Amino acid sequence: MSIVELAEEEAERRGVQIDAVHLKLGALSGVVKDALLSCYEMACENTPLQGSRLVVEEVPVVIFCPSCRAQRPLSSIQLFCCPECGTPCSEIVHGKELEVVALEIQECAPNPV
Amino acid sequence: MRPEPRLIAVRKNVLKQNDVVARSLRDRFRAAGVFVVSLVSSPGSGKTAFLEKTLTLLRPNYRVAALVGDLATENDARRLARSEAPVKQITTGTLCHLEAVMVQSALEGWDLNELDFLFIENVGNLVCPSSYDLGEDLRLVLISVTEGEDKPLKYPTIFNSADVAVVTKIDLAAAVEFSWDTAYNNIQAVRPGMPVLKLSAKTGEGVAEYLRFLAARLIELRQAAAV
Repeated sequence: MSIVELAEEEAERRGVQIDAVHLKLGALSGVVKDALLSCYEMACENTPLQGSRLVVEEVPVVIFCPSCRAQRPLSSIQLFCCPECGTPCSEIVHGKELEVVALEIQECAPNPV
Repeated sequence: MRPEPRLIAVRKNVLKQNDVVARSLRDRFRAAGVFVVSLVSSPGSGKTAFLEKTLTLLRPNYRVAALVGDLATENDARRLARSEAPVKQITTGTLCHLEAVMVQSALEGWDLNELDFLFIENVGNLVCPSSYDLGEDLRLVLISVTEGEDKPLKYPTIFNSADVAVVTKIDLAAAVEFSWDTAYNNIQAVRPGMPVLKLSAKTGEGVAEYLRFLAARLIELRQAAAV
């Protein structure tokens, strides 16, 4: 619901028609992609976003390894250890995202003179 | 004239509204010097018994109050009222988690300056509450020995949103062949460095250590505020 409201607000502010909403979804966001996609259509009903698409980009968990002093992608969210050196890592760099990153809009090209 | 698709960058956090309310709650808690603890767990892990024990034992020395979230009943608030601490029920209807705005409205009429500890018991659910900040200082995730040792592996997200894990019902550990080492290692696998407490609200085992932990955190909070 918040996604639709947020996009609607942006569409109204910019006076545009929205074709698609692009969303970043972290593996630790607590939200499941499929559930979100199936709700989206319902949430859009009877709003200016009806018929628009939700494009979800899944973001894997990236941790900061204090031993390697580098960011590393996690191979499993069941094991918060550096995939290179095995050090336990609790600093999460990516993976909690739940944000609208872009809106795909229809723009009419100016009439040729 | 052919319409051309175009992308415009937005970058907006979907749960921003909740985060904004949570931040304002946190500011109010900070100003009042009240230490706020929230509890999350699956249904039946013993949150209410744990909270009743907490309120009863803290009450002689501290000013305590609690908010309890539940889908439909007010049973929890009635149980907790036996501790004689102020308790308010938040009935969420069909919603599976608490949101910051519910905490905000439940607090209406309460003077936070009159409190040392405020406890917020979330709806029994290990999924949705992880996404919602309630403005708390400390989030406890409870796991009872009867649930099995692999809860952290099944719900890594909630464990990652919490600060401390509390293993409850340890008086039943032997009966259900609960392995403390396995549970501890699973918690550490999904959240390295997380402090883990174990106790039984029924027998009182481990409760003193937990209360000392809370008291120390309140002192830390007050000292940080005084600086």
